[in-house]
Amino acid sequence: MSAPAPVAPALASPVGFAAAPSAATTSTATAPERTTVAGGVGESPVRPDGTHKVQGAFAYSSDMWADGMLWGSTLRSPHPHALITRLDVGPALAIPGVSAVLTHADVPGRNAYGLEHRDQPVLAVDRVRYQGEPVAIVAADHPETARRAAAAIVVEYRPLDPVTDPESAIDGSAPPLHPNGNVVRHVPIRRGDLAAARAAAEVVVTGEYTVGMQDQAFLGPESGLAIPAEDGVELFVATQWLHVDRDQIAEALGMRPDQVRITLAGVGGAFGAREDLSMQIHACLLALATNRPVKFVYSREESFFGHVHRHPARMHYEHGATADGRLLYVQARIVLDGGAYASSTPAVVANAATLGAGPYRVDAVHIDGYGVYTNNPPCGAMRGFGAVQATFGYESQMDKLAAAVGVDPARIRMINGLSQGDAVATGQILDSPAPVAELVQRVRDLPLPPEPARDGSGDGQVDVRALPGGVANSTHGEGVRRGVGYGVGIKNICFSEGFDDYSTARVRVEVVGGEPMVTVHTAAAEVGQGLVTLQQQICRTELGIADVHVHPADTSVGSAGSSSASRQSYVTGGAVRAACIAVRDALLARAAERLGVDAVELRLDPGGLVTGPGAGIDLAGLLDTGFVEETVTWRHRPTTTLDPETGQGDAHVQFAFAAHRAVVDVDLELGLVKVVQLDCAQDVGKAMNPDAVLGQIQGGSAQGLGLAVMEEIQVSDGLVRNPSFTDYLIPTILDMPPMRIQVLEYPDPNAPYGLRGVGEPPTISSTPAIVAAIRDATGLDLSRIPVRPEHLIGHLLPA
Amino acid sequence: MQSTEGTIRVRMRINGSDRIADDVWPGESLLYVLRERLGLPGSKNACEQGECGSCTVLLDDVPVCACLVAAGQAEGRSVTTVEGLGGTAGDGTSGAELSPVQQAFVAAGAVQCGFCTPGLVVAATDLLRRHPQPSDLQIREALAGNLCRCTGYEKIIDAVHAAAATLSGSRP
Repeated sequence: MSAPAPVAPALASPVGFAAAPSAATTSTATAPERTTVAGGVGESPVRPDGTHKVQGAFAYSSDMWADGMLWGSTLRSPHPHALITRLDVGPALAIPGVSAVLTHADVPGRNAYGLEHRDQPVLAVDRVRYQGEPVAIVAADHPETARRAAAAIVVEYRPLDPVTDPESAIDGSAPPLHPNGNVVRHVPIRRGDLAAARAAAEVVVTGEYTVGMQDQAFLGPESGLAIPAEDGVELFVATQWLHVDRDQIAEALGMRPDQVRITLAGVGGAFGAREDLSMQIHACLLALATNRPVKFVYSREESFFGHVHRHPARMHYEHGATADGRLLYVQARIVLDGGAYASSTPAVVANAATLGAGPYRVDAVHIDGYGVYTNNPPCGAMRGFGAVQATFGYESQMDKLAAAVGVDPARIRMINGLSQGDAVATGQILDSPAPVAELVQRVRDLPLPPEPARDGSGDGQVDVRALPGGVANSTHGEGVRRGVGYGVGIKNICFSEGFDDYSTARVRVEVVGGEPMVTVHTAAAEVGQGLVTLQQQICRTELGIADVHVHPADTSVGSAGSSSASRQSYVTGGAVRAACIAVRDALLARAAERLGVDAVELRLDPGGLVTGPGAGIDLAGLLDTGFVEETVTWRHRPTTTLDPETGQGDAHVQFAFAAHRAVVDVDLELGLVKVVQLDCAQDVGKAMNPDAVLGQIQGGSAQGLGLAVMEEIQVSDGLVRNPSFTDYLIPTILDMPPMRIQVLEYPDPNAPYGLRGVGEPPTISSTPAIVAAIRDATGLDLSRIPVRPEHLIGHLLPA
Repeated sequence: MQSTEGTIRVRMRINGSDRIADDVWPGESLLYVLRERLGLPGSKNACEQGECGSCTVLLDDVPVCACLVAAGQAEGRSVTTVEGLGGTAGDGTSGAELSPVQQAFVAAGAVQCGFCTPGLVVAATDLLRRHPQPSDLQIREALAGNLCRCTGYEKIIDAVHAAAATLSGSRP
């Protein structure tokens, strides 16, 4: 059996939206669509870092090395909540090979960091609020020596009762963990007349839903190398946003931001887990204290304590509809456990609340989203960012509604799906395509995989690898039932709520060895998604020059913003394009001067030739007096804040949609699930790099599969029970089924090239589709993810 | 093989070159010695307990997780790392050439962040030596010990098929 080939990215007919993007952001005079040389926008050139990566020659943050470097290690709290009553570093300092042992007393600047609130100590002072909170750090000449020295530090704790129930944070029954209490943020959404809609509803469905704590589980552990400099410190690190790292580090070190110079080291995946600081400040502190380079590499176990996770959620949903299934209202209460420190909880809650009604047309929306402090592990950004949790809730509800009104699950989504011109729950009007019904229809209409005979009437050749349980050989098909389910989701793209969200790009054109060459320099973090390739593609398209060099990302150029919120193609893509246009204008101006003509008469042709009426000059001639370079800061259109009482406002830049259909086989006796097929349709506006788009959809869908059936950080009494890849399972190649993918390209007139952010939507909708398929196979009312075997066979077991 | 007090000397043939690591603490893994003592960081450290396959190397032509092999266990044996798959420079580091498997991973888009890639190309190379024309299920079974968090594995399967085609086409 060979895998069904993905459907080639198909241009959907953009009926009604065929006109060029609006002149406001993309003037056709300055930015024509010019695939002028191979490898431009819309093609899939190979990644510039691919060769190094397959050779093992790409330098990840854990591969950094410097002459005379020391190894860092971190002593972490074993308690989820405790007072520190004694701290003695003497025994660690006495170990040969140890160069420094630092505590909170050695933090020269502000002993606090955090993305939205600086509420997290660099090193704990007198209290720890989660298991794994850093207390002291060590530098030594061998990693094992550093680990042993950290273990030799004497810390005495007085354990306190951990706050583990997020409801206790809301009702005020728990002691405050931070000065402003335990509610990090409450986001209310009030739209329409809930009471009237309730009175009018002919069908009401309700449910309670729970989402476990998912880990990003990037493969490259937190790591980096800090090198002391004469006037500051240099840091080579894997991160998602260099400039916010820099600013937080500088504050803690008591330095000016320009004294902290960061270069992006190779990033072994991110998925949100590198938005918050991990070892950055610690490495810089030790490098400055020892005046030697210091390298940190977390082990996998430490990594589970070294970054934030996806918020676990408890949700109550109530949907009311007409008898034929048209939504009249959505009422929801969504509680997200942010753990010990705020991280990005305020923004995650805003997403869960503002997107909590889903990609559906509904006039009355009443949602309360809460993000709270507890003594559980800190939670923050992970791919899908608040939308993932809510989508499991509202999509479970849509299936209940479909059953209640007697229409099929695809149909209920098509009836209610948003379209351009509709308003979302915040009152914001969708001013670009929103083909929700079409996405659902497309996955529904894909062929289903053949269902093998379960009764022995087949050819008798059962390949157990294709069955639940696999080579455990637990079934040959008996007791296995198939199910099909759907999921569709909505995600905001870019940063929201009035945030000044920009990127900076520096583009240079010069002649090297007689040939024109482009260098593009941003601080945007390539985390695996292919942003380096995309920058090359944009430069080729805009400048017609094939040879494009991507400068390493560092803080010597302005901020690019974060590689998160599916925003870098949009924002850094927009900045690179704008910088290319500025460079092109400068080249044409220089040529106009040389040729004695008006610049508007000239154009830059592929291959580096400036031509106009009766005259021309090649770039080698034009640039004989030096390069042309332009640096541009580019912003997407502004957003507004949310009204604090009603949650109304044009808070989001762009919305993106994806739909999944999952086919599963379930062993009803053992509770084992095999996802047989996972199909996806997604509107990407413009497939900037079709292969990379498919890669995002495939990889994002796999992470959604993980949340559906296997991935959970198990926390009890504030303690993490499974901090390893032995006990925290992520999908293997055996778990991930073949995918059929439909890529739609309805351009967003507001976005560069009409693109729509790609990375997150497929993670959001794959989870509910898989759970719906398991419900379809089993008839069970599954309200918690991940679905575990005991959820499927618990009713068969003796009480 | 004692060199200094409490440490050992380990001699291995790595990617066709004889290499010696001195001052090795006996608790060090083969992965640590390759990465930190011998200048071969291509094999990756993602879980250090044999679950993810990112450190897969061939030890006397058998794929192993280098994180689970004590450096001393490799004494006198032959090790092939990702750096040795495409032909090497004199010191065992990567040469300019890509092997068909490496080439296929790049061309198929099977590389995103790339942290799993060294282990996967070593494991896929081993698979194609044993099964020159593997089925999808054979590929899935053979690579089930190699975690990838970025790609969803689809393009990795494509890459292995493409490499198989290249290798069979180039055979006499």
